[in-house]
This record gives sequence, structure tokens and C-alpha cells, in this order.
Amino acid sequence: MHAMTPGRIAGLAICALLSAPAQAETIQVTIDKLVFAPVEVNAKVGDTVEWVNKDALAHTATATNGDWNVVTGPKQSGRVVLKKAGAVDYFCKYHPNMKGRVVVTP
Amino acid sequence: MITRLSAGVIALCLLSAPALAQGAKPTDPQIAHIAYTAGQLDIEAAKQALEKSKNKEVREFANDMVRDHTAVNKQALALVKKLNVKPEDNDTSRALTKQASAKRAELAKLKGTAFDKAYVDNEVAYHKTVNGALESTLIPSANNSELKSLLQTGLKLFQGHQQHAEHVAVDVK
Repeated sequence: MHAMTPGRIAGLAICALLSAPAQAETIQVTIDKLVFAPVEVNAKVGDTVEWVNKDALAHTATATNGDWNVVTGPKQSGRVVLKKAGAVDYFCKYHPNMKGRVVVTP
Repeated sequence: MITRLSAGVIALCLLSAPALAQGAKPTDPQIAHIAYTAGQLDIEAAKQALEKSKNKEVREFANDMVRDHTAVNKQALALVKKLNVKPEDNDTSRALTKQASAKRAELAKLKGTAFDKAYVDNEVAYHKTVNGALESTLIPSANNSELKSLLQTGLKLFQGHQQHAEHVAVDVK
């Protein structure tokens, strides 16, 4: 078994970085006191949006164009992987006064 | 200032015929009682809808009301316990309760779509009334900042329910 020297680890890390395609990101939106924050987020196709619900109430993030519908129970989180580019407005089905927007670039 | 004050008085009068003495601000224990009562009454209305309605959208809405108001009232109870505030019954709470029982008796006589429509219309009107009272009287009168903050969240919640009820009302017609 070869010892994993610091140099060797760094070398492996560089290889991983160079060979992997652009890393998909997870963008968090917090739900607190019936507010989506930030109200608008920017993302790329392949990224994930994660809604972290801090309320004691259930909420949804429902795309107005019907693309996705994420239900988050009280103190839970829910996520969606963005499959196509475009700006998507969304709202909470239970509390339609809660609104947000995800802008997805290719 | 005068317009704001009279708007508050009007809202309270709408909320309850024999409202609090004119000009008297409700105390925190009274506010806590009114807010809790408003939630409980909406839960009871929803339970009646769940017994009587067969409409999927109406039933979903009613389930949402039970779930949300149960959750918020649980928070409210935890807060009053923490603050050592004892909710105090008052004329506004009593008037709300009386109005709600009268409405329940009226709705009990209806069936099918007539019931669905009457329930949802009343949900719109009820949430509107409570929102008015929260905005003009209860929130400005609350002394404790945590109580005020919970009421502000309550207002957003009731506004959300009002919009939700308005959407359901369009579909039920």
C-alpha cells in the first residue's frame, strides 16, 4: 500500500478538477415566516435548487409553468434539478402570496 | 392619524358588534386570546367542511386550514407559556365565537355545491375580517415584541389563506 503523501493527494485533486465537467451547484433558498429568501436566484441547467423550510408550516415551491412542484414539510427541505433554461416564477400553493423566481441559464 | 385610528375602530366593529370599549386598546393577554380563537374557529369551520363536502379542492383547502392553524396555534401556546401570559377571554373573542357558531348552524342546512360555495365564500370573508383586525388593531396594540412578530407571521398566513380561498371560490362557482 502506497503512502498518500500530501503531494500525491494534491495531484489527484487536480486531476479530478481537470477531468470533471463544470461542477453542478446546489443553490439554497430559505423559507422563513412565509418568505422565500433570496426571492430570486440565478442557476445553470443541471444545478439543484434546494428549499430549506424553517417554518412550522408546510409549503410548496410550485412553478407557474408546471415544470416542477416541490413540497416541503415543516422544518424540512425539498429540491429540484433544473433541466432547462429560462426564467421560472413560482409560488406556494398553500399560501399563494409567497412568490419567488429562478432564472436558469444554459 | 385620525383616519388610521378610525380605520382601526371600524375593523374592530366589523370583527365584533359589541367590540372592546371604543378607544380601548386590547392588552397582550386579550390579543393572544383573540388570535388563538380566530385560528380555532377556522379549524372548526374546516372540520365541518370535511364532514360535509365531497369536492376534492374544497376538502384539500379545509385540510390545509386544519394543518396550518393547528401548527400556528401550537406556536402561540408555546409563546404565551414562555412569556408567562395567560390568554384572557374578552368581548371580541366572544363575538367571534358567536358569529362562527351562527355561521356553522347556517352552513349545516346546506348540501353539495351550495355548501361548498357558502363555506369557501365565508372563508374569504372571515380571513379578510381577521386580516383587517390584525393589521389595524391587534399588531399595533401588541406590546411584547415576540407576540407582535408571531402576529405579523399570522397576518402573512391569513393573507395567504385568503388568496387561496379566493382561488378555490373561482373554481367552485
